Amino acid sequence: MTTTTVSPTNQFSKALGKIWTWIKRVPPVYPVFLVIFITLGIINPTKYQSITGIMAFLRTASPLAVLAIGEMLVLASGGFDLSIGSIVTLVVLVSSKLLANDPANAYPAILIMLGIGVIIGLLNGLIVSYLKVPSFITTLGMMLLVKGSALYYVGGAPQGYLTDNWRAFGRNYFENVPVLGRVPYALIILIVLSIITYIVFNRTNYGKQILMIGDNVRASQLSGVKVRLVRIITFVICAVFAIIGGVMTGGYGGVNVTIGEGYEMQAIAAGVVGGVILGGGKGSVPNAIFGAFTLQAIVNLLNLLGLPKPYTDAVQGLIIIGAVAYVGLTSQRKK
Amino acid sequence: MTTATATSHNELSKALGYIGVWIKKIPPVYFFLILVFLAGGILDQVLADGQIFKNPLIMQNIVVRSVALGIVAVGQSLVIIGASIDLSVAYTISITAVMSSYIMQGDPAKVPTAIIAVFIIGAAIGIVNGVAITKLKVNPFIATLGTSLIIKGIINATFSNYTGSVPKSFEYFGYGTIGPIPVSIIILFLTVTVGWVLLARTKFGAHLYGVGGNAEVARLSGVRTDRVLIGAHIICSMTAVLAGLFLVSQMRSGAPWVGPNGVYDLNSIATTVIGGTALSGGKGGVWSTLGGVLIFGVLETLFNQLGVNPYLKTVFQGAIIVMAVASYTIRSKKEAA
Repeated sequence: MTTTTVSPTNQFSKALGKIWTWIKRVPPVYPVFLVIFITLGIINPTKYQSITGIMAFLRTASPLAVLAIGEMLVLASGGFDLSIGSIVTLVVLVSSKLLANDPANAYPAILIMLGIGVIIGLLNGLIVSYLKVPSFITTLGMMLLVKGSALYYVGGAPQGYLTDNWRAFGRNYFENVPVLGRVPYALIILIVLSIITYIVFNRTNYGKQILMIGDNVRASQLSGVKVRLVRIITFVICAVFAIIGGVMTGGYGGVNVTIGEGYEMQAIAAGVVGGVILGGGKGSVPNAIFGAFTLQAIVNLLNLLGLPKPYTDAVQGLIIIGAVAYVGLTSQRKK
Repeated sequence: MTTATATSHNELSKALGYIGVWIKKIPPVYFFLILVFLAGGILDQVLADGQIFKNPLIMQNIVVRSVALGIVAVGQSLVIIGASIDLSVAYTISITAVMSSYIMQGDPAKVPTAIIAVFIIGAAIGIVNGVAITKLKVNPFIATLGTSLIIKGIINATFSNYTGSVPKSFEYFGYGTIGPIPVSIIILFLTVTVGWVLLARTKFGAHLYGVGGNAEVARLSGVRTDRVLIGAHIICSMTAVLAGLFLVSQMRSGAPWVGPNGVYDLNSIATTVIGGTALSGGKGGVWSTLGGVLIFGVLETLFNQLGVNPYLKTVFQGAIIVMAVASYTIRSKKEAA
C-alpha cells in the first residue's frame, strides 16, 4: 500500500526534477528576453502582441543580430572586432556615392561592398596573425582607417540617396505570406545567415577550432590547428557580416554619417548578454541573436515608456551591466 | 705603464657599460618617438615651412597638446596593468568639465567647492566601475562601457551646450607659466611621476602587477585583489577628472562633448599599448605610456603643419597606431588574440 503511493509521487518528483534540470540548462538570455518582450506586450498590446508588430520588431532587430553573429565568432576565438561600426558607416556612405541615384547600380554596389568587406577582414586577420598586434588595437586602428577613408571618399557628407532597390533588403516585406502575413527581407537574411553559421560553428572542424583557439592557443597549435588561418577566416566572416548588416541598417535607417556609431559596442554587448566570455572559448549562434534581440527590445521598451533619448542611454547602460552581471553570476553558480 | 692604460681602458668600458645599462632602461617607445619626430621634421622641411625643426616653441606645443591625453593615459595604464580597462574616461572628462564650470559660474570663491565636487564624482565613478568588475564579476570592457552610457545619458539629459564659466584665476591651470614652463606641463609630469611612484615604489603597485599577471595566484598569496582593482579604477577616474579640469580651464566653459570628441577612451588605451603595456595586464609602466602620448602629439602637430585633410588624418592615425604596436609585437613568438 505504502509502496504504491510512494512510487507515483516519486515518479512525479523525478519528472519535475528532470524538467527543472532542463529549465536550469536554458541560457539566461532567453528568460531575460521574454521578460522584456512580455513587458512590451503589456504596455502596447496592439503592437507587440500582433504578428505584424513582431515582424516589424524583427525587421529593426535583424541588422544588429547579423552583426552580433559575426562578432560572436571573433569573440569566441578570443579576439575583438571594433571595426564593424565603421564598416556599417562605410557601406552606407560609399554606397550613396557609388549608386549615383541610379537603381541599376544597386547590385554591383553591394558586390563591391562585399569585396571591400573581404579585404578589411583579411587585413584584420593578417595583422593579428602575422604582425601579432592584439586584435583590440588592430581593429581599433581599422575602425579609424575605415571611417576616415569613407568620409574622405564622400567629402565628409553623404552624396545622393540610397535607391529603393538597394534599401529593399532592410526595409521591404514579402507580402501575403500564409499565417505570418508580412515577412521582412531582413528576417529571411538573418535566418539564412544564422543557419549557415550555426552549421559551420557547431558541425565543422573549423567551428570547433574557433572555440579551441579561444580556449587555449598553444594547445590548439600543438594539436595541429592552423591558428592563423582560422583567425583570418573568422575576421573575414565578421567583416562580411558587418557589410551585410550595414546594407540592412542603411535600408531602414537611410543615409547618415553617424549611422554605424556604437554598433561595435552593441554587437559585443549582444554577444556577452548571449553568454560569450570575452577572452574566448565560449559562444553560441542562437544565444548571440537573442542577445541582440534583447538589446533591441530594451531600446524599444525605453522609447515606449516615453523616455527622452539621453535617459535611454543611461538606462541601457544600467541594463547592460545588470544583464551581464546576471548572466555571469548564474553561469558561475552552475560551475 | 701597461697597467695604467689597462685600468683607464677598463674604466672606459665600465662607463660605457653603465651608459648601456642606462640606455637599456629607456622604454623602446622613446626611440620610436625620436624616429617619428625626425621623420615628421624632415617631411615638414620638404612639404611645409619647416617650423618643427626651426621653432623651439613647437616642441613645447607638442607637450602642451598632449597634457589632457597624457594625464588620462596614466590612469588608463594603471587599470590596464591590473588586466582591466576603462572605457568611461571620455564621459568622466565631460561630466567634470560641465559640472565644474556649472558650479564655478565665473566666481573664484567657488573654485575649491567645484574641484572637491568633481573629484567626489570621479571617485564615485571609479568605485562603481571597480565594484561592478570585482563583486558583480562583469567583464571590465562591458562594465565600463555601461557606466560610460550612464554618464552620457545623465550629461545629455542635463546639459546640451556650453555651461557656466571658469573664473580668470582658474585659467592659470590651462594657460599659466612658471618661469618659461607652462603649468600644464608641470602637472602632466607630476601626474606621471605620481603614477610611477605608485607602481614602482609602493605595495599597491606591486600588488597591482600581481593582480594583472595572475589574479588567482595573487589572491592565494594573500593580496586583496578586489580592493587593489577598485583602487586602480578610482585612481583612473581621478586622472580623468584632472584632465577634465585642465580642458575646462583651457576652454573657459564646460561643454558636454569635450570627452567623446577627443576620443579619450580609445586614444588613452591606444597610447598605453603603443607605450608597451600589454592589454593582458601585469606588465608595463607610465613613463612608456607618456612616450606613446608624445607620439600622438608629434603626429597631430605634423598633420597641422602639413594641412592634412581631417578625414585623412583619421586614416593615418589608424594606420600609425597599428604600425607602432606592430613594430615590437612582430618579434613576439606568442600568437596574438
